[in-house]
Amino acid sequence: MVERVVIVGAGPAGVRAAQTLAAAGLRPTLLDEAPATGGQIYRRQPAPFRRPYKTLYGFDAAKARQVHTAFDGLDGAVDHRARTLVWSLEGQRLCLMHEGGTENLSFDRLILATGAMDRVIPLPGWTLPGVYTLGGAQVALKHQACAIGERTCFVGSSPLLPYVAYQYARAGAGVAGIIDTTPRADKLRALPDLLAAAGTGAKGLYYMGWLASRGLRYRHAGIPIRIEGESHVTGVVVRMAGGRERHIACDAVAIGYGLKCEHQLADLAGCDFRFDSSNRQWVVAQDGVGRTSVAGIYVAGDGAVIRGADAAELAGERAALTVLEDIGRPVDRARVQKIDRRIAGIDRFRRGLETAFAYPHHLARDMADHVILCRCEAVTAGEVRHAVTQLGAHDINRAKAFCRVGMGRCQGRVCGPAAAEVIAGALQRPIEAAGRLRGQAPIKPVPISALADAAADLTVAA
Amino acid sequence: MTTPAEGGQLRRLGEWDRPSIRISIDGADCDALEGDVLLSALLLAGRRVRDSEFGDGPRAGFCWMGACQDCWVWLSDGRRVRACTTPVEPKMAVLTRAGETVVG
Repeated sequence: MVERVVIVGAGPAGVRAAQTLAAAGLRPTLLDEAPATGGQIYRRQPAPFRRPYKTLYGFDAAKARQVHTAFDGLDGAVDHRARTLVWSLEGQRLCLMHEGGTENLSFDRLILATGAMDRVIPLPGWTLPGVYTLGGAQVALKHQACAIGERTCFVGSSPLLPYVAYQYARAGAGVAGIIDTTPRADKLRALPDLLAAAGTGAKGLYYMGWLASRGLRYRHAGIPIRIEGESHVTGVVVRMAGGRERHIACDAVAIGYGLKCEHQLADLAGCDFRFDSSNRQWVVAQDGVGRTSVAGIYVAGDGAVIRGADAAELAGERAALTVLEDIGRPVDRARVQKIDRRIAGIDRFRRGLETAFAYPHHLARDMADHVILCRCEAVTAGEVRHAVTQLGAHDINRAKAFCRVGMGRCQGRVCGPAAAEVIAGALQRPIEAAGRLRGQAPIKPVPISALADAAADLTVAA
Repeated sequence: MTTPAEGGQLRRLGEWDRPSIRISIDGADCDALEGDVLLSALLLAGRRVRDSEFGDGPRAGFCWMGACQDCWVWLSDGRRVRACTTPVEPKMAVLTRAGETVVG
């Protein structure tokens, strides 16, 4: 019997995992929502677009090309199913939706390489048209050759902040301001760790230097107070390092505070989680080489732990080698050791990034009562605090039941981290005490008909 | 012809040389380009994608990567689609408000 290995996510981790399994003679299935492989970081532009790799991916052009050609070279060795959403998991079966139709797919082993999205901290005005995540602003440019506005203000604390501002300016888009909430002293403190990863740390410095040379000042220790506008963004008010408030006129805001793992399928699979205090988020517990607490379920890439695309490629390959070990196939020990060493090196760089782009969680904990915290259900921070202090919600799942925070279409992907901070603040307890928002199927919206079809097909109804 | 309209949220920075695709948005004709996703088409033509169900105003998407679910719109054939991950197709008739129909 040939093991049926399924990989979810066709970014750098998923592609390298597929390549590794294919090289061992397995024919893995690779599932992804997007029309083409590459993930978010190496997302390919639609067919009629003509921009060269250098324009799209800058310094990472060679890496993007390598990931794309690695996959394209596999030809029929991988069962790639594009535009396919995995919306549930029942035991050893996945529920898929493709072009509106549903199908269940069984697996023996599953590698979850589901990637990450921006972590955000709500503030007044953040639901206005014209406010997007930093990653979203990048997708608009990379995938659609569009800027999110005439003049964009870039705000937050994230490696994406200098990078996306640079990409926008470079592409000819208007940059109204670049506001980093982290003090400059923290950037300097992180330098030794950042520069340990030779080229990668230097890129960030290059972006900041390039922006400065164009008169685009990169401001440290600025705190966004509110986004202004009636029907769309007209400006953002920032408290500058000296304490003075400043209004920056703009028609778009790109905001983000690092990334958060997309780990809903691991949650449905019953995998154990652990709280990663270094960047204040729950991550899937694993043994460091991809094995989760559930036999046959593996994780890799930014969906497992946030450490960027280079580590994701390595972790994808590593998880596939772990799968091969577990099914008794020979693996190249020298290669395994090399991967483990390189990942350890990137971990040092990641610690540097977490200092250089610190997560200002107090902004979430202290947000005013009137701020919309959950944008799906328009639940305010005050309503969440009320659920804790007046109704006795002792964690985020109880708070969700009482006031619908995190109950909307995104299932708390967007508001979850900030809601946990608000709840921990109201409980006057450490953030871990707020607990982890539990996922449920379908992990993304699917038509009712899809649920019915899938239930009829499963012995255990959804 | 869709230009970077005065009233549009997005600005096209390149890739103009693509075949035009005519769609409609709430009954008004709109020319998008092949390869555009619906979210781009909507935000090149205006600054609104939908209204919050809770009365707190217009929304125009947020994450652009299929995660936040804040850009769902209706098509006149009854389907609901997520604008940021749905490519434009000829004659697509987008409705940004529930229950609206377009005559003709």
